Amino acid sequence: MSKLKSWKELPLGGLILEAGNARTYKTGDWRTERPQVDKAKCINCFFCWAYCPDASVIVDADRGTMEGFDYDHCKGCGICASVCPKQAITMIPER
Amino acid sequence: MSKVLGLNGNAAAAHAMRQINPHVVAAYPITPQTDCVERFAEFVSEGLVDTEFVTVESEHSALSACIGAAAAGGRVMTATSSQGLALMWEMLYIAASMRLPIVMMVVNRALSGNINIHCDHSDTMGARDAGWIQLFSENAQEVYDNMIQAVRIAEDMRVRLPVMVTQDGFIISHAVERVELLDDDAVKNFVGPYRPLYPLLDVRNPVTYGPLDLFDYYFEHKRSEIEAIDNCLPVIEEVGKEFGKLSGRSYGLLEEYRLEDAEYTVVALGSTCGTAKEAVDRLRDRGKKVGLLKIRCFRPFPKDEVIRALAPRKGVAVLDRSVVFGGFGGPVFTEIRSALYDLPSRPLVIDFYYGLGGRDVYVEDIEKAFARIEEVVRAGRVEKHIDYLGLRE
Ligand code: SF4
Ligand code: SF4
Repeated sequence: MSKLKSWKELPLGGLILEAGNARTYKTGDWRTERPQVDKAKCINCFFCWAYCPDASVIVDADRGTMEGFDYDHCKGCGICASVCPKQAITMIPER
Repeated sequence: MSKVLGLNGNAAAAHAMRQINPHVVAAYPITPQTDCVERFAEFVSEGLVDTEFVTVESEHSALSACIGAAAAGGRVMTATSSQGLALMWEMLYIAASMRLPIVMMVVNRALSGNINIHCDHSDTMGARDAGWIQLFSENAQEVYDNMIQAVRIAEDMRVRLPVMVTQDGFIISHAVERVELLDDDAVKNFVGPYRPLYPLLDVRNPVTYGPLDLFDYYFEHKRSEIEAIDNCLPVIEEVGKEFGKLSGRSYGLLEEYRLEDAEYTVVALGSTCGTAKEAVDRLRDRGKKVGLLKIRCFRPFPKDEVIRALAPRKGVAVLDRSVVFGGFGGPVFTEIRSALYDLPSRPLVIDFYYGLGGRDVYVEDIEKAFARIEEVVRAGRVEKHIDYLGLRE
């Protein structure tokens, strides 16, 4: 997130004047645990991708591989770790 | 050339709306405001205005439609009263925080329960913290004049806030008086063409109104809202003076009536000021040094002007036409007494609740208020801060 602005720098009426700037808002910054995949165990079944409530599991559809996580948006809920049939995902505490 | 007509306050407001010719009016009828909206609907059906008139199913929807239309980029007006204003409550704050220059005529009427359709200020005073500018009117002429000025004030680029113009239910809204209307063209020129700010209909420059705003920015947004409403006092004065040049009727934040050398002052809002002026005249004839401070602009509260007007007095009797249950006095008393606190020597201040639910207030009632404040000053201290006028004990 960019530096927080003072009240004097804000657009009138709490408006957002820039279109589509939700893209720059990193919603994963309050996560307390992060998922980590051990690709040696992973069988690319995509269960984690299907269950993630936040579309934060990155896959390569062409190659059919699970590639990792989008940490800007992953909330650390642990669902992916819990549904993984191979226990390939471990939840690591964020400092 | 102006035109003199016999109009009640509702009709005066409707004529102002006709001359302002807003893009959108969304309103729901409620006694005693119905008459105003009905007349305006006639102007619409007669083709005298270009307004899109939205007949909504409630006041909550009325203000919601106004908010949408104002954010879209239109000049927007509405009117309500009492329970209607209460039903708008959550939308009131939204209109102000989005800085939408909506003008709303409010006919002051008591809030239920029990059900009462007559005048008091509990509806408007209940909305006093919502971020709207509030202008009170003493008579139908002032309703008309305030409506026209309200548009200029609300839309000023230094302001961009919604404005409520109030008039006392039945006392003003339904009593026919002499009202001088400006020429249609004069009003049109005075309000000028609408200048939209960040209109949603400008699809090439998309903006977001009312997003989620949590602990990291909400506070800063409220701070800028505080700044916005505080800064509009000079604009209200400027517009009042300019309107004076056009109409011969100048307006300030306050009106001081025979206050120059007054030792005792009554403070009032709305139609009671007319009654209080009569009481002041009668007492002056008997050699009493009395005066009236009429508050025209209650929000933002013109603290410095109030201090200047009241500091030299010995005693001040505030008349509150609405109650703060469990509070230390009514809304006007609380503001006045607090404003005077820092003075090295300050007048004694007492509060009278009066006129609730349309209870008549007579010249004699105001004379009683003056007599009481004189007694209090003679005794040198206030024993009873809050008392009642016109109530059966
Ligand atoms: S921890 Fe939750 S949010 Fe993050 S990738 Fe796994 S399922 Fe998605
Ligand atoms: S659920 Fe487990 S095995 Fe299946 S793709 Fe995800 S990490 Fe790999």
